[in-house]
Amino acid sequence: MKRLLTTVGLLAAMAAPAFAEPTKIGVITTLSGPAGYLGEQARNGLTLGFAAAGADVELVIEDDTRDPNVGLQIADRMLNEEGIKVITGIIFSNVSGAVVPETLDLGGIYVSSNAAPSPLAGAKCHPNYFVVSWQNDSLHEASGAAAKKLGYTTAVALAPNYQAGQDAIAGFKREFGSEVTEIYTGVEQTDFAGEMAQIRDKAPDVVFQFHPGGQGIAFLKQYQQADLLGNIPMVLSEPSYDGVILKAVGPAAVGIAGTTHWNADFDNDASKALVAAWAAAYPDTPLTTYGQQAYDTGLLIGTALNAVGADDVDALAAEIKKANFTSTRGAFAFGANQHPVQDWYLTAIEADADGNPMIVTKEKIREAVGDVYAVDCKM
Amino acid sequence: MILIVEQFLNGLQYGVTLFLLAAGLTLIFGIMGVINLAHGALYMVGAFAAAWVTLQTGSFWIGLPVGLIVAAGVGLAMEVTVIRRLYARDHLDQVLATFALILIFNQTVTLIFGRQPLFSQVPDLLSGSVQVLPGLPYPAYRLFVIGVGLAVAVGLYLLINKTRVGMLVRAGASNRQMVRALGVDIGRLYTAVFALGALLAGLAGIMASPILAVQVGMGEEIILATFVVVVVGGVGSVKGAFVAGLVLGMLDTMLRAFLPGMLQGLMPGPEAQALGVGISSMGIYLMMAIVLLLRPRGLFAAGD
Repeated sequence: MKRLLTTVGLLAAMAAPAFAEPTKIGVITTLSGPAGYLGEQARNGLTLGFAAAGADVELVIEDDTRDPNVGLQIADRMLNEEGIKVITGIIFSNVSGAVVPETLDLGGIYVSSNAAPSPLAGAKCHPNYFVVSWQNDSLHEASGAAAKKLGYTTAVALAPNYQAGQDAIAGFKREFGSEVTEIYTGVEQTDFAGEMAQIRDKAPDVVFQFHPGGQGIAFLKQYQQADLLGNIPMVLSEPSYDGVILKAVGPAAVGIAGTTHWNADFDNDASKALVAAWAAAYPDTPLTTYGQQAYDTGLLIGTALNAVGADDVDALAAEIKKANFTSTRGAFAFGANQHPVQDWYLTAIEADADGNPMIVTKEKIREAVGDVYAVDCKM
Repeated sequence: MILIVEQFLNGLQYGVTLFLLAAGLTLIFGIMGVINLAHGALYMVGAFAAAWVTLQTGSFWIGLPVGLIVAAGVGLAMEVTVIRRLYARDHLDQVLATFALILIFNQTVTLIFGRQPLFSQVPDLLSGSVQVLPGLPYPAYRLFVIGVGLAVAVGLYLLINKTRVGMLVRAGASNRQMVRALGVDIGRLYTAVFALGALLAGLAGIMASPILAVQVGMGEEIILATFVVVVVGGVGSVKGAFVAGLVLGMLDTMLRAFLPGMLQGLMPGPEAQALGVGISSMGIYLMMAIVLLLRPRGLFAAGD
């Protein structure tokens, strides 16, 4: 009996390497605190994206709690001890600013599904650093271009005082071109009564604000309560009016204009497949661009893994660079700094049959644009 | 002129919210000697309960009392299970225990409600604006919050100064051991005070919920300013919480509103903004430092 067991055990041990182990992908994202739902979107999107690509992966998901130190510790552990070579998932630019350089120094690949701060897009670009979402500034340049196209000449721009907020106002100003009053809010601030008073005092043609997550909810509610909603138009970039924000704000959001690189009403097959898969897997969670970006990231990495596997990091990076996948946004290509070159659209928030806000795509306002930092990248 | 009046009202509204939170916290700290970091969690519980009930029933006026009852109930449960064991212990033990409570509350709310913020809006009755000055439509709801806060201040004044229970509260705040030695059931007094503090914190959360986002961790945003108010006003003094709350609320709002603009006259745009925002977020702490230098025990004595 003992000999039989030993033999069986040895056979099983010998057979094990014949089954390929799934590739581990490190996912560092924000799952706790007020912005926790953004990480939830990323996690869900990545899961669906890898499944759609048919890739055999195991997602190792960790919560960075929006703290760069925590993110750094997690990245160190993943790269040094767990043999992970590809990391993705960070939502916030301050965490990204710490984790990405560390990942690249330790020989890993980082593919961003959201944060793409300007310091890493120009001179500090790297062959192992890819961005699938958009470069931070370009996200808001689209809003600047939209505001200019709609004929406004004076604006008040508000954003929280951290890297992504500064990128936001810089991007908006760059494309808007005319007079902009900048107001920086606190990173944890949720009461904007003071800022509402300042907007009323300045009486601009248009207001632009970048406040993701819970801050966005508070801002929109207070904008309506301060009686500014019908009086001073607002143009928003994607993170300030995602599906979860709209669901929490309700009718107070109707009438606002926005810009986006993707919307759930897009007509291509990949997008429709995403919308259907999401509705089936997560029916109670609205699909936002965070989820869509993570889905595209999963598709991209998954397709590359299927082609060359994860053994050689350089070969994998080269394969990812080819961007050989069908994106949910239609046209997709990498620029010189490995950030996307894509189209941007104007949207309007309209009331649906129940009076709840929904995002309707109106027209394409920028075609095949990258970002201003690509010229500084000498790769 | 309009801008100044509007910012004044904003400061008043923020000050009143701080007062609601600080009144409970100062009583708990002053009478029971317990540093309750989890006070912000009670603020969050009140907001979530009211927002959820409002969603289910469609009426804010049903959500409001239910939210208050839930907040007081949770406070009561907290006192009986955890806080009761902390009275005799070191402040550090109390900080550790109540910090753990914050984490537990945050995760429990995430388990029950998920990670997405809840929808809450201003009730229809108050959704308009009032022409406070010609050309200044001020949100009616914020005026309501100011009104409620001032009414609670009057109510607490009457409770603390004109009733027997209030007398016990004041006595307990100035000399706990003596009250006990005189035969008063101190345990019941403590529980009642804690429940009252929880009720006030819950009320602050419910008042704030239509304006801000009802999200996990919303208590942490305001608890630091609340502690500053308690310290500046004098631990154990509700009058101190009122005065300090209003003063700090005004100071913080006015600094954030006008300092960046004033600095912009002196230096280029982004630097002025950054410096202005930095100094104004320091404002209330600078004030605390100055007050403590002049009056180390805060503005008012315990039991006022």
